[in-house]
Amino acid sequence: MTKIHFERLCKSFEGGLQVLNGVQLGIEKGESHIILGQSGCGKSVLLKCLLGIQKITSGDIIVDGISVQDERRFGEYLRKFSILFQGNALFDSMTILENVIFGANQVRRDKFECRKLAEEKLFAVGLEKRVFDLYPAEISGGMQKRAALARAIAVEPEILLFDEPTSGLDPITGGVICNLLKNTIKSLGVTALTITHDLKVAEFLADRVSVLNQGTVVWTGRTKDMETCGNGYVIRFHQASSLSGTVA
Amino acid sequence: MQALATLGRYTLATLNEIGKVFIFSVQGLKNCFVPPFYFREIISQLVIVGFYSLPIVGLTAVFTGMVLALQTSVGFSRFNAAGAVASVVVISITRELGPVMAGLMVAGRGSSSIAAEIGSMRVSEQIDALRTLRVDPFKYLVVPRILAGVTMVPLLVLVADVIGVMGGFLVSTTLLDFSVGSYISQTVQNLAAIDVISGLVKAAVFGFSLTTFGCYHGFCCDLGARGVGNATTRAVVSSCIGILVLNYLLTALFFGI
Repeated sequence: MTKIHFERLCKSFEGGLQVLNGVQLGIEKGESHIILGQSGCGKSVLLKCLLGIQKITSGDIIVDGISVQDERRFGEYLRKFSILFQGNALFDSMTILENVIFGANQVRRDKFECRKLAEEKLFAVGLEKRVFDLYPAEISGGMQKRAALARAIAVEPEILLFDEPTSGLDPITGGVICNLLKNTIKSLGVTALTITHDLKVAEFLADRVSVLNQGTVVWTGRTKDMETCGNGYVIRFHQASSLSGTVA
Repeated sequence: MQALATLGRYTLATLNEIGKVFIFSVQGLKNCFVPPFYFREIISQLVIVGFYSLPIVGLTAVFTGMVLALQTSVGFSRFNAAGAVASVVVISITRELGPVMAGLMVAGRGSSSIAAEIGSMRVSEQIDALRTLRVDPFKYLVVPRILAGVTMVPLLVLVADVIGVMGGFLVSTTLLDFSVGSYISQTVQNLAAIDVISGLVKAAVFGFSLTTFGCYHGFCCDLGARGVGNATTRAVVSSCIGILVLNYLLTALFFGI
């Protein structure tokens, strides 16, 4: 059953810059899907269009039968998502616990329950109580990533989005975060969509991969089939990623 | 011809910007009356805009009052009108100098920090994070700051009025040989309610204007550290110009000039 459907999605900016050019893609319920592509190929714009942060130029995005353009049902549409931003996007005027409580507030009204849920999620991502009252700037990048993940899952979403989840992290911390993401997706049973340029992350997390090039999905399949798929760009991307040897 | 084209482009860009600010301020005003209200944020902004601006506003007011007393005394003594110092000080402070000086000080301190904070939040995707958490950034970030500006700047002006008049009183009674009793009686006799009220109304409008400019430039800031820096500068410059222009318009409106 298709959970997210991109229907000939196009996005262009002022001045005629076309970033997405007819993206056609279906993501199944419960699937962990990865969108791979070079920097500047439109991955982040795709994610922002999916969340309604940027208006689409033409085409549509349908999630469980609701269009991103349906303003009356946009609240219901958005309630299905939660995102782990590339730069974590933790609110720096709030402590780590307050950040997660802020997320929990969207699904629980009772103050005590919110706090309980937030603490539960922070423990689930492996953070210790001593960091709960610290501000984001006072903890490491890896801890910030965990806290941002805790906030994302505190919303109890149906779809989890990860924007370059290991960028800016050292290989060991990146690996730990990847493990955490995989376990989270598995334990929550959610649909996950990850945007990355890192093939190792894709190999580790993906059920299926789509490769984005010049605003179009040029190939969709399993990572192990990339080398033999017959698409020149995908093969080149695979070979270049293997050579650069990034470690998840 | 080239110069004319440049002038035309500049004029259109300025009008476009004014239009955007106007729409932003109407949206801001409208949202002030529509729930949900984030009371914790509102209280926090009341403290930041009001309480933390108190020292600089107080300091500006006391020296303005003192200088005003000295200058009017020197100038008026040339026309044997030195006795009018108390009246000039109280009217100038309550009608003009209190609201304008306090407004400019809060613009320098508050508008810049609002633009920098919201700009940084935009750059670091915190505003996008608010949207994905189904929190309207306008209601969460703009409304509390506008409410703080509209309520706290008049209170600051009230304090500035008292401190400014006190400054004039101190200089007049210690350096200019005014008697305490006659200075106070002249001050009270020449102070009309409209002087204070017009100053407070001006202050509320200035508070709205400077917080709106701060929020607008923060929301519209370009990405990167330079973008945040530019947004901060634009916020202060436009807030100060806004205060001066609005001051003229409100003065004309109140005193029928």
